[in-house]
Amino acid sequence: MERLVNDMVVFEKPHALTDVPLHYCPGCTHGIVHRLVAEAIDDLGIEGKTVGVAPVGCAVMAYDYFRCDMIEAAHGRAPAVATGVKRADPENLIVFTYQGDGDLASIGTAETVHAAARNENITVIFINNAIYGMTGGQMAPTSLPGQVTQTSPYGRDVKQCGYPVKICEMLSMLDGPEYLERVAVNNVKNVLKAKKAIRKAFQNQVDGKGFSLIEVISACPTNWGMTPSQALKWIDDNMIPYYPLGVYKDRSAGLIPGAKEDK
Amino acid sequence: MAEKVLMKGNEAIAEAAIIAGCRHYFGYPITPQTEIAAYMAKRMPKIGGTFLQAESEIAAINMVYGVSSAGKRVMTSSSSPGISLKSEGISYLAGADLPAVVVNCQRGGPGLGGIQPSQSDYFQATRGGGHGDYHMIVLAPASVQEMAQLTIRGFELADQYRMTSMILADGTIGQMMEPVSFDFDIKEAPEKPWATTGTQMKREHNVVNSLYLVPDVLEEKNFERYEKYALIKEKEALAEEYLLDDAEIVIAAFGIAARVAKNAVNAARADGIKAGLIRPITLWPFPEKTFKKALGTAKQFISVELSMGQMIEDVYLATGCAVPVTLCNRAGGMIPSPEQVYEAIKAAHGKAGE
Repeated sequence: MERLVNDMVVFEKPHALTDVPLHYCPGCTHGIVHRLVAEAIDDLGIEGKTVGVAPVGCAVMAYDYFRCDMIEAAHGRAPAVATGVKRADPENLIVFTYQGDGDLASIGTAETVHAAARNENITVIFINNAIYGMTGGQMAPTSLPGQVTQTSPYGRDVKQCGYPVKICEMLSMLDGPEYLERVAVNNVKNVLKAKKAIRKAFQNQVDGKGFSLIEVISACPTNWGMTPSQALKWIDDNMIPYYPLGVYKDRSAGLIPGAKEDK
Repeated sequence: MAEKVLMKGNEAIAEAAIIAGCRHYFGYPITPQTEIAAYMAKRMPKIGGTFLQAESEIAAINMVYGVSSAGKRVMTSSSSPGISLKSEGISYLAGADLPAVVVNCQRGGPGLGGIQPSQSDYFQATRGGGHGDYHMIVLAPASVQEMAQLTIRGFELADQYRMTSMILADGTIGQMMEPVSFDFDIKEAPEKPWATTGTQMKREHNVVNSLYLVPDVLEEKNFERYEKYALIKEKEALAEEYLLDDAEIVIAAFGIAARVAKNAVNAARADGIKAGLIRPITLWPFPEKTFKKALGTAKQFISVELSMGQMIEDVYLATGCAVPVTLCNRAGGMIPSPEQVYEAIKAAHGKAGE
């Protein structure tokens, strides 16, 4: 019997990822986003001058997974750390942070808002899965109204603990940031859009345009108490209606919310 | 003779940092240290450096963490309440073995306290301040000249030992003006092969990190750090001795308190009382050997402090309680007068003579 031999490589791991096995749960979408970040780094040929800043949360060990230089920051402080790194060598370094919703939208809100307001020339990858994953499923600043978590066992009661924080909408009101986009990674079409957005967020930095943040609506089947496929569907049915996907600000393309037309 | 300029203590710190090669400073306004930020805001843009007013002390110390990770000399400054906020970041700097210089121009506390000078952050500075097993090198200037000199020394020690140097000043030395010379020999910063400067695709990635989930690995990290601390204790402790050789009543005082105490020692000597002074310049490591030496003639120690008595505990430890140790203090932003210290010396002399 004749065997078909094809030595053409059709798929491989991005160079910017190490060979360390990821520790994420089955069905978690961190792995997809790690890959998209690594692909952007590979595409732009910037691995040798990139420094990543890992958060506290599920992605805390991202410093083991990316092959570029990495820094582990205190909880919520990654944008401040990234500001320091970028200012240390703005001509030669590409700096990104990778943060979850507790890190970026709760304890680190001030650092996020002010890095955006300063238009720091950094790239922020924001994983919004509406829950604290690493500590076992507590209510996040982005947990949906009514969402059951370990610390909202009767569902998030907006009268008692308020409403979710919509980061892209909030930051889009600032004059500072260059680019804000919300994407999701729950199906192939969305993953491809997310890939494009993340690449643009790095390209903007290479071009010196300033602060780019990509909010990635992600799945946490373990702490949502779902199977991986149920979790992907839950994103479509519940997350995306509350967190609409799309570009919220793109200064270079003239998309500036609230800008006066007669400017 | 090098030229001297008349300067505020806080400004001397800022200029010295620039001379030491620091081109990145991050701060947040707080009295009584704001002159440092104002000076940096003026100077840094002229010399290609970065001055950034951060959104909080927490952000400022984390920007320091970022610059230090990238291998550059970096400084932040604050006053007591702001240092409490920075303490999280200082613990992370310690856990990641990053060099940095942090200035604390102390004011009275606790809480919002006041804005007058104080030394009541001694415990916080010498015991770490943040969480976990760690120390900072703590330098205590007593003049505007030393504000400059110890800032430069702070950068050298921080790089040499990969840790934070704290300049523990107070509102008095920060605000007062004295002639200062900036004629210093500056040592080049050492190579930092651990820094996150980009792999350039020529080496394995560098990781700056303080997380070690495997307990025996974390324990080993702590052991290594404490070996370094033992070496620093052996090599870097520094104190000024004043009329100590035959001193029976020995004052222990640092910073502005030591300048007050020196007047009182002189007055006591004029009265025939054998008084002397140990002025710790490094508060951590504490100059234990100087205290042990003083035990040869000392009948009593008096710790003179602008606090409710914090350094006194290190005097107890260094002297093994071999002779009595008493406290002569003011707090809350008040400064002891030379007369108050003189009375304390006289009382001790009377007791020692009984």
